[in-house]
Amino acid sequence: MYSYWKNNQLKIAPWIFLAPGILMFSVYVIFPIFQSINLSFYQWDGLGTKTYIGVDNYIELIDDEYFIVSLKNNVIWLVLYLLAVPAGLFAALFLNQTVRGIRIYKSIFFFPFVISQVVVGLVFSWFYDPSNGLLNVILEFFGFDSIAILAEEDYVTYGIIAAGLWPQTAYCMILYLTGLNSVDPEQIEAGRIDNARGWRMLWYVILPQLKPATFIAVVVTIIGALRSFDLIDIMTGGGPWGSSRVLAYYMYEKAFSEYGFRMGYGAAIAVVLLIIMMIYIATILYRLYRDEKGG
Amino acid sequence: MKKIFKNQIALALAGILAGTSAVAGTLVINGDTSDPAPKAAFQAVIDGFEAENPDVDVVYNLFDHEGYKAAIRNFLSADAPDIAFWYAGNRMAPFVEAGLFAPIDDVWADQGLYSLMASSAPGMTMDGKKWGIPYTYYNWGVYYRQDIFEDLGIAVPTNWDEFIAAGETLKANGITPITIGTKWLWTAGGVFDYLNLRTNGYDFHMALTSGDIAWTDDRVRATMANYQQLIDGGFFLENHAALSWQEALAPMANGEAAMYIMGNFAVAPLKELGLDDSTLGLFQFPEITPGIPMAEEAPTDTIHLTAGAKNVVDAKRFLAYAARPDVQTAWNKALGQLPTNAGAGVTDDKFLNQAFSMLNNDAPGGVAQFYDRDTKAEMASIGMEAFQEFMVKPERLEKILERLEKARQRLY
Repeated sequence: MYSYWKNNQLKIAPWIFLAPGILMFSVYVIFPIFQSINLSFYQWDGLGTKTYIGVDNYIELIDDEYFIVSLKNNVIWLVLYLLAVPAGLFAALFLNQTVRGIRIYKSIFFFPFVISQVVVGLVFSWFYDPSNGLLNVILEFFGFDSIAILAEEDYVTYGIIAAGLWPQTAYCMILYLTGLNSVDPEQIEAGRIDNARGWRMLWYVILPQLKPATFIAVVVTIIGALRSFDLIDIMTGGGPWGSSRVLAYYMYEKAFSEYGFRMGYGAAIAVVLLIIMMIYIATILYRLYRDEKGG
Repeated sequence: MKKIFKNQIALALAGILAGTSAVAGTLVINGDTSDPAPKAAFQAVIDGFEAENPDVDVVYNLFDHEGYKAAIRNFLSADAPDIAFWYAGNRMAPFVEAGLFAPIDDVWADQGLYSLMASSAPGMTMDGKKWGIPYTYYNWGVYYRQDIFEDLGIAVPTNWDEFIAAGETLKANGITPITIGTKWLWTAGGVFDYLNLRTNGYDFHMALTSGDIAWTDDRVRATMANYQQLIDGGFFLENHAALSWQEALAPMANGEAAMYIMGNFAVAPLKELGLDDSTLGLFQFPEITPGIPMAEEAPTDTIHLTAGAKNVVDAKRFLAYAARPDVQTAWNKALGQLPTNAGAGVTDDKFLNQAFSMLNNDAPGGVAQFYDRDTKAEMASIGMEAFQEFMVKPERLEKILERLEKARQRLY
């Protein structure tokens, strides 16, 4: 026994260290995924007996206009939320200087990330409030009509995304600020000697060195966009008439809310959400793999 | 505050312990009376019951009002208390169908509730049995600014033409006729309920909410046409889709709006905002189709014996106690609502007196629970969302009705 351990120590040890993580991951992530996929073929109210209905839930999804709206909003979220990355970069570049009191400015810029999403949602709800909100006070001052952003189906999703961008930009900014600390000053100097400045300096010298920070910023922003649940719940509850829902919120409504308890249908929505996430994650992993291989 | 929290934890723990190892004489109740007034009111009921029944020890597990709606599904099937709070009408149907509530016809018979609670009996009946004890209900109606009506010489409208005329007078004076906040949807359900009850009557309304009538039916269209008359006429508060029902109270309190189609629970916050018995009034939603018996909305809150109850004997004693006229009188006095037992007394309050007489004398058509309690849950959410959309985009009527009809065919 002892000699077996001796001979294979290097092979076995990693698995022993990985075992707790693998166990947790299987029980709490992998197994539930398959459970959800299985559940999506049933009709179940969470109380009575489950009835197998094949792909009926998915057929209903295709014909469900609320689902289509949620899917569309998810795409809008994914695209627009990425604005947090360049915005964070420019905030970081702006703050990456040594002047008096810069730490205070940095703290102020980082502040929105520290407060809870619920507070962010409330602050923006008040900001958009049609009668007393700051936005409409400003609009009316310049002679425009007041507009209830959170009650307009065409604007509501953008309004919530704007609220979400506020803390997300701060997050990306912090990632870039750390990244900027590790930018090699010698390369900048070399670039300067070669007469690179402004945009060219940023694009060819700084940004390549910030690649790890960019990668993390993109990943957390995409994850943030897909989890955009709390802001929607606080600001609109999915309304008006369901036009600001995203898939995660629609799944929650169908499966767990006061008027829901269609577990099978909720599971089917979750499976669609999973597929979207898998596409994103696979793309990112593939690029990561390619970059590492390519060196 | 901290101490209360500690007590709650202790209670919850005690509940878990008692639930798993029920001793004779322990009665476990799960409830959602988390707001201060209902909480104190129910505690008084428990104290009274324990004083009369010293051999029974009541353990009350208090849940947060919203969280309770999800929790009840878990604890009923996993570790049922003896008694659980819930609501009448279709809301209790899933639990009755899943065999999680137990019928208590014997309590109804012993207490003479068939006659004493005749008005709320239909909401408690499924499969010909009674599934709980209604302990309180509250009225809906049109709450209005009595002083503004008097100043402008508007009489309380009793039919549709007078209602429209009253609205026009208000508008001519720069006042929004009806305030409403539809952000959380259900307020629009109340407006639809009244319009449909008055246009087509109670029986039609109940058939529609039970899924027996197509949403594309001409009679539904007639209701929607009346709805549209209010919308096109600019009767409702602007931007209502961005406002919660509480936020919509303000325009009424400061005189920018004059009416609110609401439940009795709006009276207390309106009074906090500065209105009193001389400035705030209540009238019954006016007649639309002449000759149709007036029906009202009065959602009922209930307590139920669970199928998994371990202490059925004491639970039935408690249910009987909760149904008693004197208990309901005190309980509802603390709640500021109406007792369901006809033998109970009503607190002397302008609005409660008026509502009590309205429900008992002027609602021959019947008493509806509310849109989201009379319809299936999923249909309710689709329906109320549709009403909100209709109120902002009335031109989409056809699409909305078709969507509702599609949902009805799938759900019923």
